[in-house]
Formats: sequence, structure tokens, C-alpha cells
Amino acid sequence: MSLYLLCLTLFCVGLYGVLRKRNIVKIIIGIGIMEYSMNLFFVLLGYRYHGRTPIDAQNQNILNMVDPLPQALVMTSIVIGLAATALLISIAIRIYEKYGTFDITKIKRLKG
Amino acid sequence: MSDNPNTGLPAGKAGMSLIVKTITRLTIGLILLFGIYIVMHGHLSPGGGFAGGVIIALSFIHIMLAFGKDIAAAKISRGLASNLESIGALMFLVIALLGFLGGSFFLNVLAKGRPFKLFSAGTIPLSNIAIGLKVGVGLFAIFLALVILEGAKRK
Amino acid sequence: MELHLLLLFMIFAAIVAIEVKDLLSSVVGVGAVGFALCLAFLILKAPDLAITQLVVEILCLIILIRATINKDLPLVIEGRWFFNTISTLAFVVVFLFFAWAAIKELPAFGNPLMSVVKKYLAEGTSRTGAVNIVSAVVLDFRAYDTLGEVTVLFSAVLGIMAVLRRPGRKKIEDKDNVR
Repeated sequence: MSLYLLCLTLFCVGLYGVLRKRNIVKIIIGIGIMEYSMNLFFVLLGYRYHGRTPIDAQNQNILNMVDPLPQALVMTSIVIGLAATALLISIAIRIYEKYGTFDITKIKRLKG
Repeated sequence: MSDNPNTGLPAGKAGMSLIVKTITRLTIGLILLFGIYIVMHGHLSPGGGFAGGVIIALSFIHIMLAFGKDIAAAKISRGLASNLESIGALMFLVIALLGFLGGSFFLNVLAKGRPFKLFSAGTIPLSNIAIGLKVGVGLFAIFLALVILEGAKRK
Repeated sequence: MELHLLLLFMIFAAIVAIEVKDLLSSVVGVGAVGFALCLAFLILKAPDLAITQLVVEILCLIILIRATINKDLPLVIEGRWFFNTISTLAFVVVFLFFAWAAIKELPAFGNPLMSVVKKYLAEGTSRTGAVNIVSAVVLDFRAYDTLGEVTVLFSAVLGIMAVLRRPGRKKIEDKDNVR
């Protein structure tokens, strides 16, 4: 239970960064930290005490494996996170090119 | 990264110093080979298409960081990268459609073979190769687009 | 116990990454979080994820450094500092309240439900021929998820190409100037 709470604390650090910071790169870093904590939370849910890695061995019958389903889901999620980070970075580079700043409060023309 | 290829240097002088270039020339084949190994053995050991694809992309990015973007773009141009990525995605879909030979989508129709051998597990190694191709070339295309943009801005 | 220490280190590195003034130090801090996450995956018996996280973190660091190097950053905090902080903290507290209510219902750490996975573990190798059960789940039992992931990655690459290409940008700028 304490591990879940620590994982949530990590999520809250990322959430604080997204909500409070005004630099676009800091916001992207906050989103990345939230993504890390969610991946870790999935894998924590699938862990089993004295579990083995979910890979069969030759001439050996392994009884207690950890849960492979969250690992399979997280595996796709990591690569998607990298692509999403690259997309955010490219948008940030475009904004820097156009307005010359990373500060979101200085970008007036988006305010309609 | 201080002496960028866009500062007007001739093509041979672009990129990093001679030490970095020599070490890159020695290790780049090993990195690419390791990526291919990870992709091929995805059904036997940890790894698989995603990790192996990112390692393959990293080997090309290594070339780009050491030698400058022109030499890397000569090895795989942007159009070829887009085509290869589409081929990877289509290959995965074709493998999925192969399942209709047995009756349903994504059915493993090929022969299973014996476990613990490289040529086993039906369509899983083929799917691994498709995903590795797609992820590797896609990430390389992303990085190429970012670097080309930076170079164009500095001119 | 080592997981607790690792998580505390990750929280500390995340706070450093969020709060430090220099952008390059911030990127290095997020790299520390990612590599600690890789170690945590190894301890949690997920070597596939550890390999993937390691290489993805390296690529992510290269892209972030490439984007933030040579960029100056005037970090000024002016006006409404109090209001912003209070509203953010209030949001975080509300989130923590609901998350705590949800976590109480989860199974305890170390004793997962395993109701779906029992079948995969028992029949995985004999039905798919793959020794690595994670690979069997990703590419055989749950291949629809992987198809969706491939689609998302494809659209992300398309989006980056659309945002970063040069000829389209020039036309739009010309149109803006005409107006």
C-alpha cells in the first residue's frame, strides 16, 4: 500500500509541474513524469511475492510467474509516450520559432 | 555539437572530432547487429520488436550525431524512411489478415514448431520484424525531421 | 525495501527536475527519473520493460537536449504567485482524495488478481509456441492492442511531419502577412 502512495506522490509532482510551471519544456517534463508514474503503477499492480519473470525455462516447470498482462500493456505505452513527447517537442520548437520564447503567458496570439 | 554541419564546413569536416568518428565506425555495426538480434529473438528472450526497433533507430542516430546529417541522410533519405515505415505497418496488417486463412483476424496460422528454437511460434517472429521495422524507421524519421528543421533555422 | 528507496529517489529527482532553473539540468533530472524507473522494472521482474525503457530514455534525452540546447530562458515569476500555487495545491489535494478512495479497493501489493492471466500462463507456450509470455500476449492473445499502438505511432509520425515541414509554413506566413 505504501508503494502505491509513493507512486501517486510521483504522479502529483508531475501534475504540479504541468499546472504550475509556465515554461513549455517544464510542462513537457511534467507530462513525462506523470507517464512514468502510470507505467510504474501498472507494473506494481501485477507484481507477485517471490514471482519469477514470465519467460519459460528449458527442462524446468516454473509455477509462480508475475502477471504478464500489465507488462504487455505498458510495453506499448512506453513507445507511444516517446512518440507523444517528440510531437510535443516539435510543437514547442515551432512556438519558439514563432514567438521567440518558451513562456506560455507571453504567447498572446493564441488568446483569440 | 558545437561545430555543426550547417556552419559552412566542407562535407568531410562536418560532425564531431576524429576520435568520435573512428569509434563510431568501429561500433556502429555492432549496435545495429544487437538491434537485429533483439528483434529476431523476441519470442525467446526479453526484448521484442519495440526495444529492438528503438536500438536500430539509435544506431542511425549515432551516425547522424557523429558524422553530421548529410551522411546519415545519404544512407536513408526521408522519402525512403516514410516508405519503409508504411511497409512495416502494411506488413503487420497483412500478417493480421493471414489469420483469415484459419478463420479469424490475428489467428496464428503458421506452424508452431518446437519451443526454444529460433524458427518457431508461427507468426510472432514475423510480427516482431514488422514492428521493429516500423518503430525503428519511424523514430529515425522523427529525429531526421527535427535535425533538418534545426539546420534550416540556423541558416 | 529497495523499491521504497528507489521510489523516494525518483520523487526527489522529479522535484529537482521540476524546480531547478536551468533547462539542461532539468532534462538531466528527468533522465535520472527514467533510469531509476528502468531499475524498478528490473526489480519488479519485467526485463522486457527494462530494456525498452532504457533505450527509449536514451532517445528521449537526445531529443530533449537537442530541443533545449542554445535556448535562453527568462524565468520570471510575477504577480498572482499566491493564487496560482493555492489553486494548484487544491487541485492536487482533490486528486489525492479520489485516488485514495480508489486505491483502498485495489488488491494488496504482491497478491494480484491473476484471473485472466491464469489461462495465458498455463496455455501460452503450448498454444502460441513462444517462450516469452509477454511476447505471446503482445503479439498473439492481445494483438488488437498492438495494432492500435502501431496506428497511434503512425499518426504521431504523420503529425510531426506535418508540424515540421517547411513549404507549408512559408505559405501560411505569406497569408498572414497579406492579411
